[in-house]
Amino acid sequence: MNWKTFYALLSRDGHVARRNLLPMLLQNLLQPLLLTFVFGRVLTTSGMMRSEYKNVLLPGVMAISMVLSGVQAVAMPLITEFQFTREIEDRLLAPMAIGWLAVEKIAAGMVQALVAGLVVIPAAWLTMGSGVQLSFRPLEFSVICVLVAMFSSAGGLVLGCTIGQTQIGLMFSLVIAPMMMFGCAYYPWASLAAFPVLKYAVLINPLVYASEGLRGTLTRAPHINTVIVIGALVLINALLLVVGLKKFHQKAVS
Amino acid sequence: MGIGIRIENLRKVYDTPPPSAARGAGFSFVAQRTAGPKEKKKFEVVALDGISLEMRAGEVFGLLGPNGAGKSTTIGVLTTRTRPTGGRAFIGEFDVWQDQVKAKRVIGVVPQRPNLDFALTAREILLFHGAYFGQSARERERRSSELLEQFHLKDRADDMVRNFSGGMMQRISIARAMMHDPEVLFLDEPSAGLDPQTRLMLWEIVRNYNKLGKTIVLTTHYMDEADALCGRLAIIDHGRIISQGTPAELKASIPGGYLLRLRFNQVPELLPAALQKLPGVTEVRDAANTSLDVYADRGGPLIASIVNAAQALDAELHDVHIAEPSLETLFLHHTGRSLRD
Repeated sequence: MNWKTFYALLSRDGHVARRNLLPMLLQNLLQPLLLTFVFGRVLTTSGMMRSEYKNVLLPGVMAISMVLSGVQAVAMPLITEFQFTREIEDRLLAPMAIGWLAVEKIAAGMVQALVAGLVVIPAAWLTMGSGVQLSFRPLEFSVICVLVAMFSSAGGLVLGCTIGQTQIGLMFSLVIAPMMMFGCAYYPWASLAAFPVLKYAVLINPLVYASEGLRGTLTRAPHINTVIVIGALVLINALLLVVGLKKFHQKAVS
Repeated sequence: MGIGIRIENLRKVYDTPPPSAARGAGFSFVAQRTAGPKEKKKFEVVALDGISLEMRAGEVFGLLGPNGAGKSTTIGVLTTRTRPTGGRAFIGEFDVWQDQVKAKRVIGVVPQRPNLDFALTAREILLFHGAYFGQSARERERRSSELLEQFHLKDRADDMVRNFSGGMMQRISIARAMMHDPEVLFLDEPSAGLDPQTRLMLWEIVRNYNKLGKTIVLTTHYMDEADALCGRLAIIDHGRIISQGTPAELKASIPGGYLLRLRFNQVPELLPAALQKLPGVTEVRDAANTSLDVYADRGGPLIASIVNAAQALDAELHDVHIAEPSLETLFLHHTGRSLRD
């Protein structure tokens, strides 16, 4: 393994990310801010929602933010770079086995996802005002964060190597939107008790584990057992990594 | 110093459509569908049909052929970007498929169409490329400045390359390929779409780089380019090597040297034999319906006797094209097609 090359590729992605820092921050921050403001502030202050809802919402918004930014950070550049421009060729010719380029993309995506997730906490705190009660469990929280970041960028790798440039819109409406709505981000999994079929159907949605995991390690809101969440995320990550690397190889070599 | 290339019985069959966008507009294969009425129709294209070649260390080797002949696929295999279906290829001692990383270290690649990293400036492209190859910061700075100067890109060095013109993109592509000082430089159709001035500059760069003892492999479908640059050539068509040698050897191998492409209103049965008897004619070939290709040791002076011979058989000469000995006529001789067909 050639770490010099790996590091150079990472610093290239870092350099490009820094160049696009402002649009990237806006892209990652605006949506969670609006969400927390409307659901966490407007609806709770007006009395339509109870104040405890803020605790349910914060980890969910954080999960969405991480997943969206991780997926986008990896999938979007891959989709364009593998298409017409073949911009990625130069990096595929770098003296390193090509699978490591996919790993590098995942690593870079994880950093972005982690940053996007962590900035949500103070930002949401500000917009929601008082009433958020965090019950922070640092070790488990860190493990969950890393696993969620990895799931999002490995998912981005799979999507980025599967989807054509013309299908990006479709990806958002067919994959991302249902995933967000049924990802237990805006409600705890336990609240699906009244919909028995749905309750178990959503368990194939990785975002459920991300939301519930963060909920369990960040607040006292009801949540799925953290050990189960970690197990599920590890499984999902392994699966996405295997599929993603295979797809990447197929795309990279003709 | 200097690294040679060996290709042994290389085959490549695409079972999915090749990423033609990646390889430029170069693919003009006709898909051959396997027979069998109930069998699922399968896409299969034979791009390379058992190619063996030896490119010597320190030479400029040209792959000449029409679009879709298999030139880019050969380059694709040699640069680790295409998986060979059969056969082997070596850069120096490294098997390009088994020892990919080692092979990648010693090669530089200029693709058919610029694939520059659009998120970067010209200078950054060179700096990051050097970093991928493990160059130190000082070495990267020095080499990138040198190359930007040499390629007349200094004024635009800190502009984003997405705004560059085609010629500038091509120049930065070549500079990038040279950045890590590779022993073997591949150029896939380097002068396609370049203005004459940039083309001459490109030739100069290639020659100078070759003088440093580097091996250069280029594909082209321009005869003059092959003639001007290449020490040796292989002519490829339909995934096979038709002929190889120095440009002079190849040209000398054409019977007669001159090619007269004749078109008549009709070709009577006896006409080819009549033309064959004319002085200086070495070979007469049936081309398309009313055309004949005549290989001879002279060009213009033959026309009068051709016209007479045709008239004697009630045929009328409609069109003549005389080609002097060149790689173009060589290609025509072997394939019956023009390079631009």
